[in-house]
Amino acid sequence: MLSVTKAVYDAIRAHGEETYPHECCGALLGSETPGGWRIESSVKAGNTRTDSAHNRYQISAGELVKIERESRQQGLSIAGFYHSHPDHPAQWSPTDLAEAHWLGCSYVITAVAQGKATETNSFRLDGSSEESKRFDLETIEISG
Amino acid sequence: MKIFIPTPLRPFAGGKDTVEVKAATVAAALDELTGTYPDLRKHLFTGEGKVRAFVNVYLNDEDVRYLPEKDGTKVTPGDTLSIIPSIAGGL
Repeated sequence: MLSVTKAVYDAIRAHGEETYPHECCGALLGSETPGGWRIESSVKAGNTRTDSAHNRYQISAGELVKIERESRQQGLSIAGFYHSHPDHPAQWSPTDLAEAHWLGCSYVITAVAQGKATETNSFRLDGSSEESKRFDLETIEISG
Repeated sequence: MKIFIPTPLRPFAGGKDTVEVKAATVAAALDELTGTYPDLRKHLFTGEGKVRAFVNVYLNDEDVRYLPEKDGTKVTPGDTLSIIPSIAGGL
């Protein structure tokens, strides 16, 4: 289960609407609990895939290093990432799985239809290695 | 120097988010890290011993791939090494 505050949930959905028809992306910062990640905040990131921003996203490694540093200063960890699927369901794609390397972290996808955020789903990247990784749908619990 | 371990690799590094190593170069630092925590090796390196394509290694704010001496770059005790798997995807 992914526990997320209402403020964060609203923020990541609003980000998807802001960047429509392009994909948005960002990081989720939080703490690990026995039941899964508890998300405390989100950080917007730039989409470096300007060549194909309507159907691809990428966060630069340099920006990730800065986000990781900020999370550490806040006593939090990078718990996962979010992105949007403009005019496409909130389901992971083969590209999403192939490019996912943060085992144990949550990948949140928001469908944005005609500029409006609709469904938001979270998928945990489970498995113990690149060869055995898989996405598992997890419940999103909205708190606060 | 300190090596920052990203969330997905912490289970293979004794649960630590930071590992302190004594090394003269980036490559030596990674060697010491994987010597102490052998389970990290397959997550960081290919079978040929090269850093996997989706793993980014940053010396302070610089991508080691783009440093003139790459992983042969000398390091000092005050430097930090960040290991950051890449993030990308799409439809």
